[in-house]
Amino acid sequence: MSDRIAAVGDKESVYGFAALGLDTYFTDPREDSTAMFKRLCQSGNYSIIYVTEAAAVALEKEIEKYRSEPSPAIILIPGVSGNTGEGLSAVRVSVEKAVGSDIFNE
Amino acid sequence: MAVKQVNPTRMELTRLKKKLNTATRGHKLLKDKRDELMRRFLEMVRENRTLRMKVEEELKKANGNFVLAKAAMSDETLKAALLAPKQEVYVSTSYRNVMSVDIPVFDTTTRTPDPNDIYSYGFAFTSSELDDAVKSLADILPDLIKLAEIEKSCQLMADEIEKTRRRVNALEHVMIPETQEQIRYITRKLDENERSTQTRLMKVKDMMLKEAHGY
Repeated sequence: MSDRIAAVGDKESVYGFAALGLDTYFTDPREDSTAMFKRLCQSGNYSIIYVTEAAAVALEKEIEKYRSEPSPAIILIPGVSGNTGEGLSAVRVSVEKAVGSDIFNE
Repeated sequence: MAVKQVNPTRMELTRLKKKLNTATRGHKLLKDKRDELMRRFLEMVRENRTLRMKVEEELKKANGNFVLAKAAMSDETLKAALLAPKQEVYVSTSYRNVMSVDIPVFDTTTRTPDPNDIYSYGFAFTSSELDDAVKSLADILPDLIKLAEIEKSCQLMADEIEKTRRRVNALEHVMIPETQEQIRYITRKLDENERSTQTRLMKVKDMMLKEAHGY
């Protein structure tokens, strides 16, 4: 099984990934990207999908759905607009789910 | 605790005893599973955190490089340069079983083995900043893949831990006490029956003796 990797986010943040051979999908903050993202997840062509933190805000519900599915792995990455800490908080959610409270809280 | 109505029969008692036995064994096993899962999860999540911080830091640098590259050349050239990528990355996913959780292992292959194929453009019209930017991003890619693997594993394991914990608690606090209560109820009832039979027999014996000998 050979799958591809996708990068989803605003143009500035993800166009570089195209050079590496990832499939890039641009989101526009003015448009609803949920439908596109859903299609990506359901297509089964991608086993890893990188989403910029900024784009992930609008897609939260969809991302949540795939949290307990074995595939695809949806991973948040910081975009050009900076690091919002969304990615680390996703890790925190896992810890909270498993342990009951966030034990790595600094 | 409200006890569910059970028939106070010997057959039911045997059935419940068997059930209690199974439940206790299941509880012990699940508890062990939960503990081991938790141990592995904590190990992994620690790695996840450090790796994520590292990747985020590097991505920030790479993004900065791209902004610089963009500043040094026109939008059109940049677009044209990255329009037709030469390289393609494929991932083959295999699964590793850790305490009944299938965690993914990503194995990447590129379309061409040449690491220089990430530069999908001629060097005439693009700035050297773009080369740097693409290079810096390419350097992060293995870490990014690793991060995806670990983070997904953490998510799946967290899910499994939650499920297992619920099962352990349901067994420990509901199923096992309930069954014990039912067993106690049946034993009491059976004992009571036995005693009542005993007294009845004694009484009858007394009456018969009285009738026969006039005691």
